[in-house]
Amino acid sequence: MRTLPPFQRFLDEHREDVLRFLVASVGRPDADDAFQETFLSALRAYDRLAPDSNLRAWVLTIAHRKALDVHRARERRPLPVADLHERAEPVAGARARDGGGTGGEHWEGVRALPSRQRAVLTLRYAAGLTHAEIAAALGCSTEAARRAASDGLKTLREETTDVVEPT
Amino acid sequence: MSLNPPEIAPGEAAAIAARTAARAADEGIAEVSYALLDAPVGRLVLAATSRGLVRIAYELENGGLDAVLERIARRLSPRIVEAPARLDGARRELQEYFDGERREFGVALDFALAGGGFARRVLHAAIEIPFGATSSYREIAGAAGSPNAYRAAGNALGANPLPIVVPCHRVLASGGGLGGYTGGLERKRLLLGVEGRDAG
Repeated sequence: MRTLPPFQRFLDEHREDVLRFLVASVGRPDADDAFQETFLSALRAYDRLAPDSNLRAWVLTIAHRKALDVHRARERRPLPVADLHERAEPVAGARARDGGGTGGEHWEGVRALPSRQRAVLTLRYAAGLTHAEIAAALGCSTEAARRAASDGLKTLREETTDVVEPT
Repeated sequence: MSLNPPEIAPGEAAAIAARTAARAADEGIAEVSYALLDAPVGRLVLAATSRGLVRIAYELENGGLDAVLERIARRLSPRIVEAPARLDGARRELQEYFDGERREFGVALDFALAGGGFARRVLHAAIEIPFGATSSYREIAGAAGSPNAYRAAGNALGANPLPIVVPCHRVLASGGGLGGYTGGLERKRLLLGVEGRDAG
């Protein structure tokens, strides 16, 4: 009989994927909290999970919901100007670490897209889920996930001239 | 330029994961916390529940860290995190014991991984053997209520989930031989040596 791996091993195995996804989806300053909330939620539900579950898709689905919470909270409470100044520095620092802005501004563009397009593009290109896994995570059809991805990429391309669609 | 995954610094995810694990343990969301301790008997895996220390495993004798954790996951709960701060008390007491500065352990124990009935009584009898003293399998079986069940007593001691702290190394064969040990006879000799007994 298969059993679930000890939670620590599950955490070690998926921590980088989850962090990459969250940095892309909510930005670096909020990624730390969202990461902790993701894995604490996963831990609460962990021993009710079927041992043959797709653990990677499962934890990224939880991360996606935590990212939605962050975006919803932002919509409810626009950042005061003082906050924006405080936040500007770590974001710029992170971008410098990423190698002078490679992709950083594209993820900023992705963060500004409508909710489903943002979710599909971050799950696809930051987390590497398949369209079928993304459809399951979002509760939509694979076709709808594909369409949202293509709409999102189209918007990005219109806004910036140098985005090449990933293959 | 394409939509590449954001880069993260080496160790960045590991550091956030460690903070998450510590929080999971502190907030009681994890059911088992573990830590490693380098000791003169080799590396030990220490695990605790909210009730107390539940497992001390000789890492190498038990197939490595993953195998130790998998067994705990199957028998107790898969909600296990590495949270060294939760094991600070146990680590300090063991360190003091190996440094010759401690003769008794005060850390709370959880016998959830010990068998029931007779096996548990055998472990409780072993706890009563003082530092530096020894007993025999027959005596321990007697103290657990069945003087003739010395083989069963040996098996229960061999399956001791909390060696060192439950001092099954102080139980020797009646003829004066070392008997067996869950962590191998070399370690039994070493522990008896820590307690000032020369055991061949």
